Parts: sequence; C-alpha cells; structure tokens
Amino acid sequence: MSRTYVGMPAFPRAAARAVDDAVLRANLRRATHTIRDRRAAAVAELADWAQLRTAAAAIKDRTLRHLDHYLLRLEENVTRAGGTVHWAADADEANRIVTRLVRDTGEREVVKVKSMTTQETGLNAALEEAGIRAYETDLAELVVQLGDDLPSHLLVPAIHRNRAEIRELFRDRMGAWGRPAPEGLTDRPAELAEAARLHLREKFLRAKVAVSGANFMVAETGTLVVVESEGNGRMCLTLPETLISVVGIEKTVPAWRDLEVFLQLLPRSSTAERMNPYTTMWTGTTDGDGPSAFHLVLLDNGRSDALADVTGRQTLRCIRCSACLNVCPVYERAGGHAYGSPYPGPIGAVLTPQLRGTASPLEQSLPFASSLCGACYEVCPVAIDIPEVLLHLRERVVEGGEATVRGVRTVVRPARRRALEGAAARAAGLVLDHPAALRRAQRLLYRTRGLHPRRLPGPGRAWSAARDLPPVPEESFRDWWARTRGDGAGRGGTA
Amino acid sequence: MTGRPHDPARERVLARIRRALADVPRHERPGDHPVPRAYALTHGERTAAERVALLAAHLEDYRATVHRAGAAELPELLTGLLRRRGARRVVVPAGVPPEWLAGVGAGAGVEMVPDTPGLTTGELDRVDSVVTGCALAVAETGTLVLDGGPGQGRRRITLVPDHHVCVVRVPSQVVDSVPQALGRLDPLRPLTWISGPSATSDIELDRVEGVHGPRTLEVVLLDEAAP
Amino acid sequence: MRVALFVTCVNDTLYPATGRAVVTLLERLGVRVEFPAAQSCCGQPLFNSGHRRPTEPLVRRYTEVFAGYDHVVTPSASCAAMVREQYPRIAARAGDGGALAAAVAEVAARTRELTEFLVDVLGVTDVGARFPRTVAYHPTCHGLRALGLGDRPRRLLEQVDGLRLREPAGAQECCGFGGTFAVKNAAVSAAMGTDKARALVATGADVVCAVDNSCLAHLGGILARRGSRVRPLHLAEILASRDGSGA
Repeated sequence: MSRTYVGMPAFPRAAARAVDDAVLRANLRRATHTIRDRRAAAVAELADWAQLRTAAAAIKDRTLRHLDHYLLRLEENVTRAGGTVHWAADADEANRIVTRLVRDTGEREVVKVKSMTTQETGLNAALEEAGIRAYETDLAELVVQLGDDLPSHLLVPAIHRNRAEIRELFRDRMGAWGRPAPEGLTDRPAELAEAARLHLREKFLRAKVAVSGANFMVAETGTLVVVESEGNGRMCLTLPETLISVVGIEKTVPAWRDLEVFLQLLPRSSTAERMNPYTTMWTGTTDGDGPSAFHLVLLDNGRSDALADVTGRQTLRCIRCSACLNVCPVYERAGGHAYGSPYPGPIGAVLTPQLRGTASPLEQSLPFASSLCGACYEVCPVAIDIPEVLLHLRERVVEGGEATVRGVRTVVRPARRRALEGAAARAAGLVLDHPAALRRAQRLLYRTRGLHPRRLPGPGRAWSAARDLPPVPEESFRDWWARTRGDGAGRGGTA
Repeated sequence: MTGRPHDPARERVLARIRRALADVPRHERPGDHPVPRAYALTHGERTAAERVALLAAHLEDYRATVHRAGAAELPELLTGLLRRRGARRVVVPAGVPPEWLAGVGAGAGVEMVPDTPGLTTGELDRVDSVVTGCALAVAETGTLVLDGGPGQGRRRITLVPDHHVCVVRVPSQVVDSVPQALGRLDPLRPLTWISGPSATSDIELDRVEGVHGPRTLEVVLLDEAAP
Repeated sequence: MRVALFVTCVNDTLYPATGRAVVTLLERLGVRVEFPAAQSCCGQPLFNSGHRRPTEPLVRRYTEVFAGYDHVVTPSASCAAMVREQYPRIAARAGDGGALAAAVAEVAARTRELTEFLVDVLGVTDVGARFPRTVAYHPTCHGLRALGLGDRPRRLLEQVDGLRLREPAGAQECCGFGGTFAVKNAAVSAAMGTDKARALVATGADVVCAVDNSCLAHLGGILARRGSRVRPLHLAEILASRDGSGA
C-alpha cells in the first residue's frame, strides 16, 4: 500500500484545496517560520557565505559540464574499493535492479534511509509487488508510511502533520507494522521520538539489507556521503550485510576537497545547524566494519534531459537542502502535495517538468506556481536562479521549442489549451506595440468608467473574487501630458 | 575496469549525457571550468586554548556534555561518568589505553565488553555505554570525527548503545574548521561525523534530541599539557 | 542631462496620478523631464506568461524610444527589473547578430527606478515633501531582490515632514500579486495578499506605500474588499506631496 504520484491534478486546483485547509496552513506556517529565522542566523555566522555559494555553484557546474568523465571516475573508484556499480536509465530499470539485488540475498524485507530518489522511482511499490517489505526509518518518512501518505517536504516529508496528528498515527498504526506505540503516548516531541526509537530498533537489529540514497558522491575517491540527524541513517548504513544506494547522477562532486564547501552550506541551509548530528562517509566496503556488499545504482531518469537544456542545467546543482521551500510564500500556502512529486516547492516547480517533460497538465502548471518573488534564489546555497528557469519553462509550455525528452532531441509543441491564450498574447503585443491603438483602448475604458462593476464576470472573476478593482481614472497619463505639455518636453529647468 | 563492460543501460546513460553536453567545447578539460575558492579556510585566528574553548562551547550548544581532565584525573572522571550512568556493561574498543579505565572493572561491578566481530547487534543492544577516542574534532562546528582507528572501534559500537563517552586529546586533535578536518582525514576509511547526540527536526521543524543514536553524548577533553 | 520618464502602461492607464507626481517631484528638484509618446509597455506581462516572441518587438521599441537619453526614470521597480534583468536575455535570443543586445546593453544600464534616480543620481533624500500620516512601507519583491533598492525608499520616507513610518511584520515577503499569478493561482495569491493585508492593518498605518502600483492594486483591492481604511499610495505621490494630500 504505497501511494504514488500518478494522476495528481494540476497545481492551481490542488493548491486551492490546500489553502482552504486551516490545519495544514497552520502546520506549514509554524514549521517554515520556525526554520526561516534560524537559517538566517546560521548563515550570518559565516562571513564568507557568498564565496562558499559561488564556489559551490562552480564546482557543480564543472561536474555537470563533464559529468560523463566524473561518473566514470566514480565508477572506477567505487569498484576498486569493493563496491558494485549499476546504471539505470529510468525508474523502472532502477527498481528492477534493486529488486533483483534484494532477491539475491534471499531476504524479504529491507530498511530504508530517507531518499527522495527512491520516492521518485516508486521503489517501495515495486518492492511490494515483488513481495519485499520496505520499512522507512526516518521519523517523518515513518509518519508518511504509517499514514499511507505522500511526502510534502524534502527534509521533513511529514511537515504537513503536527504533533497531535503524529501521535494519533503512531497510536493507531504502529501496531500493524511492528512494535505498537507505548501506552499513554502523549504528543510531546521527545515522547514521539522515543516511540519511533522503540518501534524501529527491532527492525534495525534484524535487518540484513538496507536501501539508501546519498547526498554526495566523490568521483576522485569513490566516497559516498549521507548527512542526517537521527541515527537511522547510520543504522542502515552500518548494521546490515548488504547496502544498496540509489543515487541520482547529479549528486557527484569531483574531489574530496569539494566536500569542504558543501558540508558548510548544507546543514546551515537545511536544518539551520552548524553541523547536522551525523554524517557517514564510506568508500566501497571495509573489512569487519559495516556491510560486506555494497551496490551503487546510478540513476538518470530525466536528469540527462535537464542537462541538455543550457538554461535548465543549473537545476541539477541542487543539493536538496529545502531552504527554498522554507522561504517560499507559495509553498507555505499550497503545501507540498500540490506539486505532485517528491520534489515540492520552488525547486520542484523547476525540477519536475524537466525530469518528466511538459506533456501533461500537472507539469505544464508547475512553472506557473510562483509569483516570481525571488526569495528562493536569494537563499539557494548553490545559486540556482529559480525564477530564470521558471520563465524559461513557461516559454516552453506556451510557445514550445526544442527540448530533450528521454534522451531524444524533440520539438515540443505549445500546450493545447494555451492556443487561445497565445492568440490573445499576440493581439496584446500588437496593441502595445502601437501606441495609437493603446490610446484608443484606454479612451474606451475611461468613457465607460461609470459602468464598471466592482466584481468582474468570466475570467476576470479570478481577480475580483477576493479583490476590489481599482477606480478607473478620468484620463490617461499620456492624455494629461499632451493636454498640459503637448510638445513632449516638460517645463522645469535643466539640472 | 568496471567489471560490467557490456551493460546497455550504462552505454545509454553515458550516450545521453554526452549528447546533452554538445554545447561544451570539445577542447575543454574538466579542470578548465574555473572554481573560485575565495572562501575562508578558517573563520578567525585562534590560539590553541581558544580553539578548545570554542569546541567545548559548540558541543554544549547541541546538548553534548563536556568535561575536562588531565591524564592523571582521567580514570577517576571516566569511572565517575559510568557510575553516575549506572552502566553495567561497557564496550571498549581495542586501542583505548588501559590506564583510562583503570578504575573500572569487575571489582567495580562493571563488565568490559571488547569490540570483537563476534559481538552481535543483539548483544550490543544490551550494552549500556561505550568509551572511545576519536580521530579529530572540529571547533567551528562542534564536531567529533571517528575513523575506525585505534581506540574507536567499528562504527556500530558508537551507535547502538545509548551512552557514548568520547575522549578528545586537546589541543592536538582539535582543528578549527571543516576544510582543515577534511585535509587530515583519509577518505578510504569509514568516517562518522558526530555533532551532538542524535536529534530530529521532523516534528514541526523544531530540533528534539534523542532518536536512534546515543541520546547522551559526553565529551572528555583530555588536556595533553596537564599531568 | 536629458531625462526621459518611462511611466509604464499600468501607470499610464490606471494610475496617471503617479506619473504626474513623478513629473511634479522631478521638476521641483530642477530636472527637466521628457515623455516620449511612442513608449508603451515593457512587455513583462507577456514575457512572464511565457510569451517571449510577442515581447521582442516591445523590447525593440523600448530601445528605440529611449535611445539617446542620459537617464530613463520609471516609477516601477518591476518594470525596471524587466528591462535590466530580462531584456538582455530576450535580446540574446533575437537572432539578429547581436544588434538588439547591443541596444539593450546601452539603454538598460541607464534605466533607473525612481528612488535610485533620486538617491544615486541626484544625491537627495530630502525632497521637501510633507505628508503628516502614518505610512507602512511595503518593499516589493522586484525592488528588494531584483534591483536591490536596499534602504533608498526608507531614507527618502524618513525625510518626509510629518510622516510616521511603520514596518509591517514579514515585510520582505511577497504580497502575492505576481502578474498573471494573481489570476492563474488566484487562491494562493489571495491567501498571500490577505496575510499581507493583515500585517499592514496591524501597523496602524493609514497608508500603505510601495514603488509598484501593480502590487498596490492587488493589496488595495484586498484591503478594500475587507473594508479596511488603509489606502494604497505610490511612493512618488508621497514624495511629491507638500500639503499631505498625496500629490
């Protein structure tokens, strides 16, 4: 019973529903505002933040411009250190590889570290079909799994749930998955964390296979890095005999030294900490310590399509810190589910249409799910100009153009329902490009000013449902100017 | 080289990537794309004493308990920490100097459990405390790094028990910053970076200490200059 | 010094008082302003909706109309940001051998939002205005993040005689207008605007002021619908005011 993102409605519809959900709004507001100020304080501690950000963007750009080179080095070094590298062009391939690897161990269950990548591929559902049970071990991911829910935040997948809701889920659902919640569980966060500790411990202790993602992969050394807080990551990465890590190809960094940049940027941007409680770094396998078998599954699944887009490429710098979500006023009100993928918020609005293409209504609506306020770009630790990419994708949806879809260079046609809007836009462009025509339109507006209602019918209703219309003036500025100055120049002296 | 020479998925992914990078000039080498490293390698100049004080302050910020001792006081301090905890079984990895735990032992009613490959996770789960050293500590972030070297043991022994006592030799094991730490670490060893006890931000994005890792982290700053 | 006013289509059509205020203000400061009548819209509503191609003629028109001026002054941070940030990108794709790009580079660098012109070019913060009201300043996103206006508007407002300045909670957060966003994602836009309106009302101000009338149309519309007496007013109209009426 793993829910997927199939058949999600376009953004505006889902967002409008979220706006009406008072509990959800309050939960998101409280959580995002808590972290917002703390992030700003953690960032302010480092006087060289801007330089770290510049370096991070450049390191990622270097990697992306030579991704084939770095992936081959990574493969070589992981293999040399005792790991096995697999390649997956899409989600199905990745899921088939993981399923086969688990089956080969003879096990019927796996423990999982929170991984957006395996949410993206729908791995849990695929394992379930093969009769393998996947246990999520991150606290928020556990909340999502117990609630048969979907993640709504990169860092805290259950951010849409408050402590009272989490308590209820633990009380009602833990028993069906293993050790039930303790009697008399309250909604104190420390007690909830204790309940998760007790529930998951037996699973950690008996687990033979773990599935993880990774935050970084170092090409030069073959080292993988997982950054976490709870210790569930360490449990999964060190106790089982077999470790399978499914990682997007863009998580590569060239050199060991490059971690000095990202390990400073990520925790402060993500949880507003100087450093997160636990970071695990491993290179292949180590005799006597940790898993004796390590498999790395390198996942494309649309990433090379984004890579082919010179403007969109910067999206692949993303280190999934979630700072852009936490600062986004649209995310705060629309909630994560409205974005229809494991990648919500501003980064999701640019990433999802690139990974999946813009053929269906949800993906077509995502580039418009922003007021272009620019707060996301300001906080992004790898300087992804999200507004620029949003505008670029809007153009692709509206006017079509060249794009790479599943590795094939194609000419995308304008979205169907945009045809009428396109005609209107061309007409508007024509009027605006002819000031005489603009003037006639303005005068028509002023002559009828007595007739204007405060609320509009038809498409204008979207505006006037919540807002009065501004009063219409008696004459335009240009008419006033012509009437009072005429000659095109003002009075005044020269400064 | 890869052991999987004719993997069609591998060829497909690499071909897609190469096609996607058609705009990158053929003559551009990976190192040609500039990476400006104008950031600081440390944030401020510190004396050794200031560096150790900063480490202590930052460890405490994230709810680790910090103690200080000279070599002569260390056994008594460690004995006291374990006694206060009520620890009956303590894991001690190879390489921990025997004199550290001279005061602990069968006589004190404490069983010392060696970190051997035969130690199962179930047995480890019944251990109360673990005492280790570390590879280094980072002052600016309040971080301990373990690399499996002498006195540190396998990664699991500092994970499953609920109480971790970690001894840091100061000032020699303390560096200022993350860049300095990476420069001293060997990427081929399994590394664990620890900044405070296990915690979560998963309930309303507010930090709560204590989930799966040790919920109590005690750090002993072992002063090398003191007797 | 030849100074052109780029009034913007929204101000031309719906907020002529803002354009008049800019003229009054600049003339009072001794600047001779011209209004090239061939000017039109900067193209932002089209471009932000994904219509790059119909935007291109408007970019070309802008460069032709405002060629040869030392400064192009506009009372809209958002239109100034369109010219400075997006015009170079649009021009780069014009496919005309770089002609439009060169023209854009020339004119975009000389396009200034009103407060930039006052503070950076004229070097004034006290413009001799009087406006004895309580005013909440809303720093619009394009002013704050795209242009980096910083404290320029605040410094100008602080010098206005009789004016009591208030900072709303969450001042830096978007009001939810966002051009066609207000219509395409009306529910989220209205929710953002309603929260912003609450913060503005809580300051006890009589007037909410900004450097963009489009944001003010959205906020003013929500405030009016909620029966609030807080009145939206462009910064230029406050700076032009001498009797406290708002130009």
